[in-house]
Amino acid sequence: MNLNAHAPGGPLADKWRRHKLELPLVNPSNRRKFDVVVVGAGLAGASAAATLGEQGYRVTLVCIHDSPRRAHSIGAQGGINAAKNYRNDGDSVERLFKDTIKGGDFRAREANVYRLAELSSAIIDQSVAQGVPFAREYGGSLETRSLGGTQVSRTFYARGQTGQQLLLGAYQAVLRQVDAGTVTIKARREMLDLVVVDGRARGIVARDLTTGAIERYHGHAVLLCTGGYGTVYYLSTNAVNSNVTAAWRAHKRGALFANPCFTQIHPTCIPRSGDHQSKLTLMSESLRSDGRVWVPSKASDPRPPGQIPEAERDYYLERRYPSFGNLVPRDVASRAAKVVCDAGRGVGESALAVYLDLADAIERLGVDEVRARYGNVFEIYERITGEDPYKVPLRIYPAVHYTMGGLWVDYNLMSTVPGLFVLGEANFSDHGANRLGASALMQGLADGYFIAPATVPAYLASAALAPVTTANPAFDDAATQCGARLDQMLAVRGTRTPRELHRHVGAVVWNHAGMARNAEGLRNAIRDIAHLRDAFWHEVSIPGEATRLNPALEYGGRVADYLEFAELLVRDALERHESCGAHFREEHQTPDNEPLRDDDRFAHVAAWEYRGTVEQAIRHVEPLAFEAVRLAQRSYK
Amino acid sequence: MAARHISVRLRVWRQLGPDVPGGLVDYAVRDISTEMSFLEMLDVVNEEIIRRGEEPIAFESDCREGICGACGLVINGVAHGPLRGGATCQLFMRQFQDGDTITVEPWRARAFPVVKDLVVDRSALDRILTAGGYISTSVGSAVDANAIPIARETAEQAMDLAECIGCGACVAACRNAAAHLFTAAKIGHLVLLPQGQVERKSRVVRMVSAMDREGFGACSNEGECEAVCPKSISIDAIARMVREYLSARLAGRQGHGVGPEIGPE
Repeated sequence: MNLNAHAPGGPLADKWRRHKLELPLVNPSNRRKFDVVVVGAGLAGASAAATLGEQGYRVTLVCIHDSPRRAHSIGAQGGINAAKNYRNDGDSVERLFKDTIKGGDFRAREANVYRLAELSSAIIDQSVAQGVPFAREYGGSLETRSLGGTQVSRTFYARGQTGQQLLLGAYQAVLRQVDAGTVTIKARREMLDLVVVDGRARGIVARDLTTGAIERYHGHAVLLCTGGYGTVYYLSTNAVNSNVTAAWRAHKRGALFANPCFTQIHPTCIPRSGDHQSKLTLMSESLRSDGRVWVPSKASDPRPPGQIPEAERDYYLERRYPSFGNLVPRDVASRAAKVVCDAGRGVGESALAVYLDLADAIERLGVDEVRARYGNVFEIYERITGEDPYKVPLRIYPAVHYTMGGLWVDYNLMSTVPGLFVLGEANFSDHGANRLGASALMQGLADGYFIAPATVPAYLASAALAPVTTANPAFDDAATQCGARLDQMLAVRGTRTPRELHRHVGAVVWNHAGMARNAEGLRNAIRDIAHLRDAFWHEVSIPGEATRLNPALEYGGRVADYLEFAELLVRDALERHESCGAHFREEHQTPDNEPLRDDDRFAHVAAWEYRGTVEQAIRHVEPLAFEAVRLAQRSYK
Repeated sequence: MAARHISVRLRVWRQLGPDVPGGLVDYAVRDISTEMSFLEMLDVVNEEIIRRGEEPIAFESDCREGICGACGLVINGVAHGPLRGGATCQLFMRQFQDGDTITVEPWRARAFPVVKDLVVDRSALDRILTAGGYISTSVGSAVDANAIPIARETAEQAMDLAECIGCGACVAACRNAAAHLFTAAKIGHLVLLPQGQVERKSRVVRMVSAMDREGFGACSNEGECEAVCPKSISIDAIARMVREYLSARLAGRQGHGVGPEIGPE
């Protein structure tokens, strides 16, 4: 298969402008003749639905929640990057572009990343116009802050709730279109299949989660904006209903899945407390700018932190990375925490935690200033752990946070199924092998407000689509298959719960394809996942009916898909014989345990084609050419 | 903090569907870690129910960190339970003692019909916001973000109101099942900002009408809404909404500024 990215030629800085000029348009009076189905109502989905509605298309927005406002973009804390250079500190589109390419360890497409940097400023303008209450300086200008991996201050924020405010802005823009009659919201619906007619995406089959009805939605184009697959690990910072189902079903209908092994593990999360934990909570990355990370020097030290003298503490980030210290990038900080815990020097009841100590900051700045900076975060921590971080050091441990992999898309954000577009975290994205802080919100909104509203109409204008109704045999076929699968799950009547199996597969993927991976572990994981998949279809218990609200049935379907997808993630990790960004293969490291890239063999996107089973999936390659940025080894020593 | 293990008796509202009568069902919960969240405790109860081949307790939750607004249970008669300033998902079992009886019910309001068990239909809140709870600006038309300065104090006040997570606890706590705090938070957020001025009058009139149309009750200033709000949004917002509404109505009576669809009452 020839994976043509359709990236335009010419100089990097001119590509998007010229490309837009060449894209065909749809006459305003013809737009209302086109149906567009948008699946998912997070930043990417809501912004795309609102914008296509504004243009005059008939948009159906499908989401699993009771309201589009609940999508998990709402949980993003830190901020959104934009190359505004309001600080006059040397920022520019070129610099944001280069930071993002390097941060991603040179595994993203240059043309896409440049466009993302180019569009970043307009996102801030649009959001402010909608009434997003970003932080302000006393003079009334927008405030910014600086996050990891950059040397400029380009992160715009609304307290610790930037994702919430940007999502509500996009959600309100959707409601405005509902008011105007261009967008219809179908809430509490879960996409179960993509409908492909004559090789093109022409709609979806979804289940009404309240009534159980299998519904059909026609679209001249379908936009998947369904987020990432971090919950394959069971425990993550993602919302508990986040899932891979829509993307996976589209994959099985022909959309290639790219780089599934690129998963970001965030270093500063509240450690797990027990077997029944359902999710992990992120503590703002900004804590690392005032906090010091340490563990006891000797293994299994039973003393409480206050009784361990300075000389018997190992500030291991400061020791290993003297120039960046506690502010190394996310992937480096996470791996370093794992190394000390594996050596038996972890702290807390589980011994899977390290201290993040703000005692020095409290002494230097005073309690009031520390409260002003981190009061919110400390309150969250105390609520969850019952410990007072003003008195004892925080305990943190890395947790799955974001997935860089996703469905493969070309420059137009179109997948390998014509008419199926993929936006936001659901696509394999612009973040390469590691995402920088405050870039996820930027990408979701760039895709939804600006890119898809230019490329989707171009597809509609040029595709010459034959009329298709929901009575088409392809819809019948998909609806029948979805119904049969639900019945099959209900018929097992075993004794193991979907959660139990999800927890098991999550542990397998975490242990073998988490912060460090090796060939033997990955091969074992493939075997274990196959056993669990088998157990699911013979032993799962899903009570109740398919004809009314049935949370166990919804969850069961998602777990069944994860039991297939997990194997693809592991296979991708096994086949990438190098370390890059978040993907750390123990066989490929420098003598001082830093990741070792292999640009000669792996400067490419791996995109998997489904062939009946995951085992038979074929790995295709899109080579990455770097013209504007020089490939270099990252060093933080 | 050291984990304790406690046993509690749950009394949970079970109701198969909107048209079927419901009732409280007892569940004995043994040996639960106080490190667990309240919803994780319900997960454990549901695991046992599923293993028995029975239908688990339906309840909603998603982010489990107090921001998405999906969760919402009335626990021992209080919306979101005994801990102030947080959503149900932020409540932990260390708030309870060994041997406690805990009653768990759904939001109860005419405008929030029960879907199943503890799940209610809150789409009426979306419909209130659809009636003008936005600033009309299309993509492509925005000016530079710093073109209009906004005082820090103003932005902070707008943010205090914009923090609303749309959970509906304010409605559940109100004896009149009024949605005033929810509606006022959005009106206040938008009216504080310069971008929100053009539609100021039509917005408040339309949103208040939508609130009435959806079957929410009247406000009688009890302040129960503020007490249970996970974001501690102040009822001062309601006073502002009433002022805005009266001013818009007056302007409408004088025949200007409200928009074509809103005539004098």
